[in-house]
Amino acid sequence: MNSLELRTATAQTDKRRASLRIAERIGIHNISLLVALAILVLIFGTIRGDVFFSSRNLLNIGLGITILGVLAMSQTVVIVAGGLDIAVGAIVGLTTVSTAMAIQSTGSPAVGIVAGLVLGGLAGLVNGIIITYGRVNAVIATLGTMAIFRGIAFIMSDGQSIAIFSDTFRFIGIGRILGLPLLIWILLLTAIVFHLFLARSIVGRNIYALGGNPVVARFSGININRYRVGIYIMSGVAAGLAGILLAARTGSGQPVSGSQGLELEAITAAVLGGCALQGGKGTIIGALLGVAIIGVLNNGMILTSVPTFYQLLAKGSLLILAVVIAEYHLNRT
Amino acid sequence: MQSDFFSLDRISKRFGVVQALDNVSIAFRPGEVLALVGENGAGKSTMMRILEGVFEPDSGTVRHGSTPIVFSEPRDSHRAGIRVIHQEPEIVPNLTVAENIFVGELPRLAGVLLDWHRLEEQTDKVLATFGMQQDMRPRQLCSTLGPAQRQMIEIMRAIHAGGQLIAFDEPTSSLTDDEARRLFSVIRRLREEGTSIVYISHRLNEIIDLADRVVVLRDGRLVDDSPAAGASEQTIAKLMVGRDIADLFTRETWQSGKPLLEVTGLTTNRVTDVSLTVRRGEVLGIAGLMGAGRSELAKAIVGYDRRLGGTITMNGVPVGPNSPHAAIVAGIGFAPEDRKHEALLLFRSILDNASLCVPDRTSTFGFFNRRKALEIVSPLAAKMSIKAPNLDEQVSKLSGGNQQKVVLARWLARQPMLLILDEPTRGIDIGAKAEIYRLIDELAAGGIGIILISSEMPELIGLADRVLVMAGGRITAELSRPDIDEATILKHAMPQSVPSLGGQIQ
Ligand SMILES: Nc1ncnc2c1ncn2[C@@H]1O[C@H](COP(=O)(O)OP(=O)(O)OP(=O)(O)O)[C@@H](O)[C@H]1O
Ligand SMILES: [Mg+2]
Repeated sequence: MNSLELRTATAQTDKRRASLRIAERIGIHNISLLVALAILVLIFGTIRGDVFFSSRNLLNIGLGITILGVLAMSQTVVIVAGGLDIAVGAIVGLTTVSTAMAIQSTGSPAVGIVAGLVLGGLAGLVNGIIITYGRVNAVIATLGTMAIFRGIAFIMSDGQSIAIFSDTFRFIGIGRILGLPLLIWILLLTAIVFHLFLARSIVGRNIYALGGNPVVARFSGININRYRVGIYIMSGVAAGLAGILLAARTGSGQPVSGSQGLELEAITAAVLGGCALQGGKGTIIGALLGVAIIGVLNNGMILTSVPTFYQLLAKGSLLILAVVIAEYHLNRT
Repeated sequence: MQSDFFSLDRISKRFGVVQALDNVSIAFRPGEVLALVGENGAGKSTMMRILEGVFEPDSGTVRHGSTPIVFSEPRDSHRAGIRVIHQEPEIVPNLTVAENIFVGELPRLAGVLLDWHRLEEQTDKVLATFGMQQDMRPRQLCSTLGPAQRQMIEIMRAIHAGGQLIAFDEPTSSLTDDEARRLFSVIRRLREEGTSIVYISHRLNEIIDLADRVVVLRDGRLVDDSPAAGASEQTIAKLMVGRDIADLFTRETWQSGKPLLEVTGLTTNRVTDVSLTVRRGEVLGIAGLMGAGRSELAKAIVGYDRRLGGTITMNGVPVGPNSPHAAIVAGIGFAPEDRKHEALLLFRSILDNASLCVPDRTSTFGFFNRRKALEIVSPLAAKMSIKAPNLDEQVSKLSGGNQQKVVLARWLARQPMLLILDEPTRGIDIGAKAEIYRLIDELAAGGIGIILISSEMPELIGLADRVLVMAGGRITAELSRPDIDEATILKHAMPQSVPSLGGQIQ
């Protein structure tokens, strides 16, 4: 307790039950996500326990969510800042193509990786400039660039899948380190970086301020235009990273397949994780829990042979449900 | 005691560790103005919210006569004739004045269309009752209005239809004296018509003026309920804080040094050709009526509003235009008037809010350092007696006055060379007010220049070395101590003295 003056009640604070304090640290919201996750695991475990709990399947779930995980975390940052980026799926497609083409023509995985990250960043820069200086609503702006980026990916690849024949590059997608797939290591690493950045760094805290109230942020000396552009660049680079991971996993660059609908899942995960679409609220840990829920749901629906079309229904409903719950919470506090 | 009217019976309410109300009973009477006073966080607003049905009490009942009544939402209490005008106006900025006043009961044409003609007529009538025809037009968008005008809209919305019990939660905190007087005449008329009035204010002179009965809350408990006759500001203040309050307006030193801030010909969309100088250790007061452009001048100086012309220098060094960041780096701090929309991150903690402008001193290698932040903020919070369970409390949960103190803490932490305070004591209780005046004196004595925008005359007269009077976005007069007095200020503040009314032409 600090030296803050309080005439009403000081003693009680310290006497609060330890369990309550722990719950508070994790956050009520994250606890309910854990409960939801447990329920899903219970359902699919009961129906297809034989397969579901096999280490192979659990690893599959983990692999399935790496790419989504990266996107959900960067989307969280964008949403916390009061924005939205629905072009990320298209940027992923675009970067798989550019990475594959770069490796094809130079043979160097390093060049491929740089090409993917730079192109992702450029795409983000375009978004950021349109939104910040063109004063276009973020949803509309990225809806437009989504179509543009997809178009560019098609033009570049001629609509074809581009195969990648570099074993070094493929190692990123299928290799293991200390028994764990490299992809999962990458997810863990980016998660730590994102969490420290958003929750602990001064820039991250300023992002909360910007999303919470841009007027206050501006009065407080935060250069909100620079922040906004920077955040979309970050989102583009993260999508570039996701594109590289996807290309490494599938061994090819493809304009659409594999990246379509990722924006929907990323936004769903972020909102499930406690992001308020008005901005100013949301955490990386929450987003990761949201991603886990989506991963288990996707995997479970495949195991229990839910037809693909119905899977789409489920995913769409989940997003809307997540927003409804988030709004409900917002109105109560 | 009236047996057939509203009363509160042994009401208690707790928020976590804070006992906001503790066993409070009050009987309201028709045709009486009951003043409710107490320090920031004493529980006044909470009591109004319970009366209105926003909060449910933990124990105790609201009664009408001897029948207990339960309001599950504000709409129920409105139907029962209870109206509460809230501390922070809730108006819809993108609707017109008329729509905001009559929201929920707009006159209809053929059942579906909005009857603009009738709406305008009704609105004109309400504006006339309040003497506000000069200040706003029915079709004006509320986004063009300042806080004072918004407050008046909130009031007109709540009481144009009358009611049995009308509660005002600090209605005058954002009003100038002139509007306040108009409000008082409305309140007196309501009282004559038999309405029961609850009046919450930190301006004790108003209470002496207006009230028939004074109820004092301290830390959620009722400590006094007695007739207003014979009460003085001193006795009320003493009951509020439980000790004697020292004289309010004193400055120990009047010493100003070299020029610090020099503004020449500053022009934006809302202020015209403003020139001024603030010296080190000087308090420059800015007076004016609502819409005079005082807050807009502040926003122009700190680079928030786009600068169309003029120069600003700090210590002789030019300050770049259109960048609050540049202003802060140059050593200018600004605590805006509208704390909810312009100053606070409502969903962040006290600590986060107070440390927002000192990232360098609260971080290690770019990462937030909680220990460092606490070292800076804790003493400030203690100094201003911010009342909260701890510094991690969300700012939205603080009482109005305590929120204001958080804004001030932010700038005290930053230690700027020039501090612009826009209505710094708005909603602040008398004890804390004295503390803030002491702070201003202390800062000035330490060589900091201060621009004090205030609608409270005694505040300006007591604290300012010089006072600039504004009207219509221009400076109309400059007064220096000891020639600063209310009559002169008012004479120059009248909008007639300038050809156009900058504040309301949008
Ligand atoms: N929604 C809430 N959640 C938690 N605490 C609250 C909430 N609303 C009020 N409080 C606490 O209850 C106490 C009483 O607050 P209240 O707003 O009634 O004070 P007040 O007398 O109106 O003060 P002021 O003069 O500053 O407006 C304060 O300590 C405040 O922090
Ligand atoms: Mg209050």
